[in-house]
Amino acid sequence: MNDGPKPRPDNAPKTQPQSKIVPQKNPMPAQDPVVRSKNFNEVALGYSPETAIAEAKRCLQCKKEPCRQGCPVEVDIPAFLKLASQGDFAGAIAKIKEKNALPAVCGRVCPQETQCEKYCTLGKKHEPVGIGRVERFCADWELATGVKIPEVAPPTGFKVAVVGSGPAGLTCAADLAKLGHKVTVFEALHVPGGVLMYGIPEFRLPKAVVQAEVENLKKLGVDIEVNSVVGKFTTVDQLMEEEGYDAVFIGTGAGLPYFMNIPGENLCGVYSANEFLTRTNLMKAYQFPDWDTPIKIGRKVAVLGGGNVAMDAARTALRLGAEESWIVYRRSEKELPARHEEVEHAHEEGVKFAFLTSPTKIFGDDNGVVTAMECLKYELGDPDASGRRSPVPIPGSEYVMEVDTVVVAIGQGPNPLVPRTTKGLEVSKKGNIVANLETGATSKTGVYAGGDVVTGAATVILAMGAGKVGARSIHDYLSKK
Amino acid sequence: MYKILEKEVFSPIIKLMVVEAPKVAKSCQAGQFVILRIHEEGERIPLTIADFDRKKGTITIVFQEVGKTTEQLGAMEAGDYIKDFVGPLGLPSHIENFGTVLVVGGGVGIAPVHPIARELKNAGNHVIGVIGSRTKDLMFWEDKMREACSELHVTTDDGSYVRKGFVTDVMKEIIEDTGKDNINLVLAIGPQPMMRACCNLTKEYGLKTIVSLNALMVDGTGMCGCCRVSVGGVTKFVCVDGPEFDGHEVDWLELARRGAYFREEEQRARERAKEEHSCQCECGGGK
Repeated sequence: MNDGPKPRPDNAPKTQPQSKIVPQKNPMPAQDPVVRSKNFNEVALGYSPETAIAEAKRCLQCKKEPCRQGCPVEVDIPAFLKLASQGDFAGAIAKIKEKNALPAVCGRVCPQETQCEKYCTLGKKHEPVGIGRVERFCADWELATGVKIPEVAPPTGFKVAVVGSGPAGLTCAADLAKLGHKVTVFEALHVPGGVLMYGIPEFRLPKAVVQAEVENLKKLGVDIEVNSVVGKFTTVDQLMEEEGYDAVFIGTGAGLPYFMNIPGENLCGVYSANEFLTRTNLMKAYQFPDWDTPIKIGRKVAVLGGGNVAMDAARTALRLGAEESWIVYRRSEKELPARHEEVEHAHEEGVKFAFLTSPTKIFGDDNGVVTAMECLKYELGDPDASGRRSPVPIPGSEYVMEVDTVVVAIGQGPNPLVPRTTKGLEVSKKGNIVANLETGATSKTGVYAGGDVVTGAATVILAMGAGKVGARSIHDYLSKK
Repeated sequence: MYKILEKEVFSPIIKLMVVEAPKVAKSCQAGQFVILRIHEEGERIPLTIADFDRKKGTITIVFQEVGKTTEQLGAMEAGDYIKDFVGPLGLPSHIENFGTVLVVGGGVGIAPVHPIARELKNAGNHVIGVIGSRTKDLMFWEDKMREACSELHVTTDDGSYVRKGFVTDVMKEIIEDTGKDNINLVLAIGPQPMMRACCNLTKEYGLKTIVSLNALMVDGTGMCGCCRVSVGGVTKFVCVDGPEFDGHEVDWLELARRGAYFREEEQRARERAKEEHSCQCECGGGK
């Protein structure tokens, strides 16, 4: 064993008189990078009560409240920070939960730097308030001390089916349940949570935290049926015509893995990021053989792609025992679509980066197992449609990179099971469900959709925002029925 | 939790279970499969549906014990519960009146062939059935297959029952006797080497042959791509694009290699489970 985690710097929170501006966020205590790159425990350890109060006190309580426009689920941020700054954590979490059904999840995985914290007045000259960190503290505090169930409106008699129990579905279900509708969530896998369970690693989002949030939803009266693949055992049409559901929300996410379409991609040792992460997170392959599902990792792993999923896979590979874990990305570091924090964590843990590089071929041995990739070097050309400079291959720059495992993390599309089996549901060329982003309404009356299945792969919080929008529209729709 | 209502032991390694799963039974069709997980720490394994009863809400599975999970499942009894049981998954068999269909089941593959043969016959086909097993003790459902088919031929590899020969030997005789032009479709389900051999044979005669592939899977809904296989040079997912494909287009070598990738780990898990089983707690070996 190496040295234990660094002592939490919580002993000296930055509590100054309220009038004085504290320019920097209270640091988030974290496991030491060397230690944590070998375990699956959570990286960020969370604030102490003292630090949470000190951080909340940094909020200027400004009149304009610009932070609120950055929150897709409309949390009253200044109000909850004020309560937290007074040490009223129960009040703070109640305020958050008026809008956000999954605060312990959001406090961990929201990209606050591009949302609420981006607009923070304090952030104009200094570091913004660590809104996400205080949110996480309040949520964890409640999970530890006992959860208070928000009030639920009297039953309306309406039945709503939610397809998919990821962030969009769970949020939609919670909001509808609070409004008094009878909600049943259908989940294809054996546990609810969707990407929160199969995709995001334990070390960023402990699965016990997700399940605790799901349990809270059940206490609102939400029924969750696992092992239920809509599009297979039943269809959206059957739910409405035969099972008596008055409305349906589709939040089936972006679960279809994209591959590179290069030779050798079906060799053993080439995983989609979905398979790699599902084996590890959902099926707990890191505990094999105590858990039955295995994963093979080898000495050197190459992860293709530069998004958050790629970072998750590369960091997971180290924890599974890879000696070297490489991000292979065809643009430069500047264009990495992953959150800055995730890239930094990956660097700290020893993930290596091959920028301006993309494989053209994967080689295998006599047993069909990966041994190497042929890669091509790129340079940056003019900006493309996404505004990022597009990578241009350098002719003749091919070289061979030896690898034992390749993880393809170049993105996911929408799973076609539900769109294909729902009559009259309009889908885009890419297979996404066409829905009004402001209402979630689809081309089919009574059917709403939101999250990655509509927008393509995005973030947890945007999916939650879409779940919220869907719930509001469904409520309006039912109220007029 | 899904209750095991009946258990039948065909041989020490081939077992049948009738499982209470009304949601699956309500909508499943011949050719589809389920994924099950027997306990909290368990893996997800696919099994093709061998029969179903919509009224009773039951699904029948037949499996061969080949690894830790199937061995633990085999140790379970009627009255026990399977933790997770999801389906129907995959596309149903394509059923229409083709004319004459040669339907072949090898080993434990006799089970999934059965409902498809029945549906084909119901659709008006003349169904010529061939079932084969390594030896007499591993043979099962001869009676059910006789009923599902218009005619049935039985063989064993070692000649311990009815006749000696592989299913391909019998197929060759039937094709020669009937005339290849009088057979409109071949369907073969069984171990991969058997399906591959069937396809090699039917290719000589230019007879289209459908096979049902058994690939490693995790989610079974198109999410992970673990089960991908090249068919006609295009990558397909067995779980959502299959499990049935044109056998002449399947890259069998790739399929076999991908299926063997975790063999070491499977062996390790199996041995460990056996060590645990040798405890004195009378746990019955199941978790």
